[in-house]
Amino acid sequence: MAEKIGVYVCDCGSNIAQMVNCKSVVDYAATLPNVTVAREYQYMCSDPGQELIKKDIKGLGLTRVVVASCSPLMHELTFRRAVEEGGLNQFLFQMANIREQCSWISENKEMATERAKAIVGAAVKRVVFQEPLEVKKVPVNPNVLVVGGGITGIEAALQIADSGKKVYLVEKEPTIGGYMARFDKTFPTLDCAACILTPKMVNVAQHPNIELLSYSDVTGFSGYVGNFTARIRRRPRYVDEEKCNGCGLCTEKCPISVPSEFECGLGKRKAIYRPFPQAVPNVPVIDREHCLFFMKGICKVCVKFCPRGAINFDQMEEYKDLDVGTAILATGFDLFDASKVKQYGYGRLSNVITSLEFERFSHASGPTGGKILLKNGQMPASVAILHCIGSRDTNFNEYCSRVCCMYSMKIAHLAHEKTGAKVYEFYIDIRAFGKGYEEFYKRLLEEDTVFIRGKAAEVTDFAQTAAEKGKLIVVAEDTLLGIVRRIPVDLVVLSVGLVPRKDAADLARVFSISRSQDGFFLERHPKLAPVSTASDGIFIAGSCQGPKDIPDSVAQGAAAAANALSLIDRKEVALEPTVAVIDEESCSGCKICLGLCAFNAITFDESKRVSRVNDALCKGCGVCVAACPSGAIEQRNFTDDQLLAEVESVCASER
Amino acid sequence: MTNLTSNFEPNIVGFLCKWCAYTGADLAGTSRIKYPPNVTPIRVMCSGRVDPVLVMKALSSGADGVLIAGCHPGDCHYTSGNVKTIRRFKLLQRMLDQFGIERDRVRLEWVSASEGERYAQVVENMTETLRTLGPLNWNGGKEV
Amino acid sequence: MANPKAAFYWASSCGGCEISVLELGKGLVDLSKKVDIVFWPIALDFKYSDVESMPEKSIDVCFFNGAIQTSENEHMAKLLREKSKILIAFGACANGGGIPALANTTSREQIFTRVYKETPTTDNPKGIIPETKVQVKEGELTIPEFYNTVRTLDQTVDVDYYVPGCPPVGEQVAAVMNDIVGGKLPQKGSVIGASDKSLCDECKRVKGDRKIKKIVRTYEIIPDTEKCLLDQGIICMGPATRGGCGAQCISANMPCRGCYGAVPGVLDQGAKMLSALSSNFDAENEQEIERIANGVLDPIGTFYRYTLARSLLRRAKA
Repeated sequence: MAEKIGVYVCDCGSNIAQMVNCKSVVDYAATLPNVTVAREYQYMCSDPGQELIKKDIKGLGLTRVVVASCSPLMHELTFRRAVEEGGLNQFLFQMANIREQCSWISENKEMATERAKAIVGAAVKRVVFQEPLEVKKVPVNPNVLVVGGGITGIEAALQIADSGKKVYLVEKEPTIGGYMARFDKTFPTLDCAACILTPKMVNVAQHPNIELLSYSDVTGFSGYVGNFTARIRRRPRYVDEEKCNGCGLCTEKCPISVPSEFECGLGKRKAIYRPFPQAVPNVPVIDREHCLFFMKGICKVCVKFCPRGAINFDQMEEYKDLDVGTAILATGFDLFDASKVKQYGYGRLSNVITSLEFERFSHASGPTGGKILLKNGQMPASVAILHCIGSRDTNFNEYCSRVCCMYSMKIAHLAHEKTGAKVYEFYIDIRAFGKGYEEFYKRLLEEDTVFIRGKAAEVTDFAQTAAEKGKLIVVAEDTLLGIVRRIPVDLVVLSVGLVPRKDAADLARVFSISRSQDGFFLERHPKLAPVSTASDGIFIAGSCQGPKDIPDSVAQGAAAAANALSLIDRKEVALEPTVAVIDEESCSGCKICLGLCAFNAITFDESKRVSRVNDALCKGCGVCVAACPSGAIEQRNFTDDQLLAEVESVCASER
Repeated sequence: MTNLTSNFEPNIVGFLCKWCAYTGADLAGTSRIKYPPNVTPIRVMCSGRVDPVLVMKALSSGADGVLIAGCHPGDCHYTSGNVKTIRRFKLLQRMLDQFGIERDRVRLEWVSASEGERYAQVVENMTETLRTLGPLNWNGGKEV
Repeated sequence: MANPKAAFYWASSCGGCEISVLELGKGLVDLSKKVDIVFWPIALDFKYSDVESMPEKSIDVCFFNGAIQTSENEHMAKLLREKSKILIAFGACANGGGIPALANTTSREQIFTRVYKETPTTDNPKGIIPETKVQVKEGELTIPEFYNTVRTLDQTVDVDYYVPGCPPVGEQVAAVMNDIVGGKLPQKGSVIGASDKSLCDECKRVKGDRKIKKIVRTYEIIPDTEKCLLDQGIICMGPATRGGCGAQCISANMPCRGCYGAVPGVLDQGAKMLSALSSNFDAENEQEIERIANGVLDPIGTFYRYTLARSLLRRAKA
């Protein structure tokens, strides 16, 4: 099988020519097997340079082309296009990098020339084994799936919907709004969270391009970029969304009261309830664990009073399949469970609360109508805020949760404003990195907040002095003073860190995305691609990617939307052809490869007992190729034959 | 073992992953950093493509050493390709020990796309070490 | 028409391949009616000189088992090549070096020292080791040279067909014999009497997720008979070994050791199995990975048990 290889050695002006004797390389190349012509030219990437290649392909009937010039990362696409225009498949081309990895690193002309010959020789030997490949293009479905209706998901959904594309917004809870709906004020501006959030929530409800699927989960997700199918499970509210007008009579009349999750258990809700008054959709849901009808078959007061006949106890779980081209995961976070850190007494001592519980006290619509109250109904005269609970801690999470310093200061401010109490903050470092954050810290200092540098070691009610009697004592080493202090206070607020949601692992599996060491979803690149994932077409945004504040969450939501829109507007996306292919005749069904694919591109055909690669999902890393003990998997354009040819050539070259 | 020829130049085969190591090596060139040209690069998409068979082939075909360079753990463009590389490398090292091939001859290094300087140092270091170790000259028992 | 002539020879081997021929049992009697056996040291009293005096290519088929470890082995390999139309590398040793090839992990000197001086039951106060030549009063005595490196048959002479196995399974031996007797010859250089896929294709066990947290040796656990041994932490060479043996070892709840050699298209069985096994180590960080890897106590002995002579590196540094 004789091939006709054309070898083109570029001078690159003097970039290559001043170190590498290009003529010598050309002469050497001409002696290699299968080489029909070897030429030298000043600037191969220029138009005349490319013409040389095209002319020779037609005139000499070349079947392979090698260009020895700069890095393939520079001009591989350029020359591939030239080869294709010359009438030869673009993958019958190989580049020999004799600039970045040869002339530019050498000090000795002889060695540089010898090295260039070795590199060119390897490329010439390799290209013989290369085969024509076709680039497959697939269309992109313009619909977008956004999972998670917190501020991040809302931002992403609105951006995309405003551009005219259809969004399916899936939210697990009965209402959108996420954690932000539970906050009182937001740092550093002390904006009322509900005031800035609820208008956006209403926009979502009213937007013609957004289909809101609340009280729903994603249970399945399959396909590939541009062509995904999501399986959505719609849980039954037992209230007909179409008929309900949000009058709230059912909730008013319901006889059953239980602790409210929205209020962190500090307040109550009914068995038929809306999580909070501005819920979107403004439709209640029946909690069948506590509803008298579901438990005993009695009551039905809500049915009696509903003016629209919207109550429907026969509602069933429903499954819906959605076709989308891209997905954005904005599923948020959970708070660290403070009861794990026993020394702070959460759950054991009265008046030790978490930051979120403080928010609910502080909130005008909360269980105390906006008053900060101790268990005994009185206002605290002193408050301690303990930073880094569950964060920066080798026993729990090593990372910093990013927002706690700022929200601790906000809490300090609110506590002071609402109760006039003396506020202590026990910190390790103050992280006030954002716009207006450092200024906010200064403001807190001016409000006479006492900042003690030392993570609290313990909260105890065991008084050692009269002054400590009846109080909670925070014990901490004040590292700036170098002494251990005991500070008696009325109320202790634990600044709990942000952790990945309990269902993050399951969701990651559904979408076949990876998670980082800490359990948050893994971005494609921490700096250059923070909202993409390794899977094309699936984006992540907000705290599900890592703890972050509202400005960054919104920014990421918008960024993910931009990424999705960019993909959609391309109308079609090209699939990289350097994928793995399994020869079913050779595959022995050993399944060694199945678990190795980071993209779940390999499936097993039980009837034929062979493994198969989905070439739309395959990214072409070659991991499975190297592992296959039958040698049944090959990677296009990186086959064993091609690589072995390069190895043989390099090993045989003289030094 | 001393090398018999004083101007022995080690011939090292380098498998560089396109996303990190190869790009880092390019950066060394763009930055005009001078380093010994003893590692001839073979580009792969991921260090996870490097089959131990390729390493054995290199060693038995005349190479004095093999360098496998990929992305730092956690940064792999394909998420976990480099984890597979570590897994194979650790076991391969144990087997090469049995073959009597010095550990310095087959190395796994992490070089990110921004580490041109580091790539140059890795190559320089490995070249120097192999100069001292001497040629491998693996004739594979072709002697009788 | 005269019966075809067949020869059997054993070089550096254990004799198991010969036994597998004998295990044809009654079939051997049938075979002997269809074939003239002209040379078979283990069973019949022909001498080397008988072979030397045969005309070139007068033996129709020669089944050569055993690796080439001594000059005698080499001499006979060359002789039988000359005298045979078809030379078959029979059994794991002739194919890949087999167990004798594990001598390639050491040296002749070390082997001799161990065998003739160090073993506990050796009584050799003068430390005498064999020499190829010695002068005695009657003249010069010679014994074959013991090579430092064990080679396969095809590294010594041109081979027509390969029948793998340690030993090749009885039914396969019979099938090969019948094919040859019947004149059904595949392309030269083919592997016959074996499958073209790996053992996993014929193994009936249920294959799980292949994640390996710990390597265990066969004595450490009593393996579940339904689940794949690899999934239980036992190194089974099945995925990287040619099938066709009926997975007999697996049925005895023991792992495949790789005696049928590499799957077609694979350059180096040991390196490939190393890759397949280690790729599935269930650990992400270096220390954990190393801990699991350390569970493979003898990598060469495990991965190249039967094919060291055929591997890319072929032997450990002398």
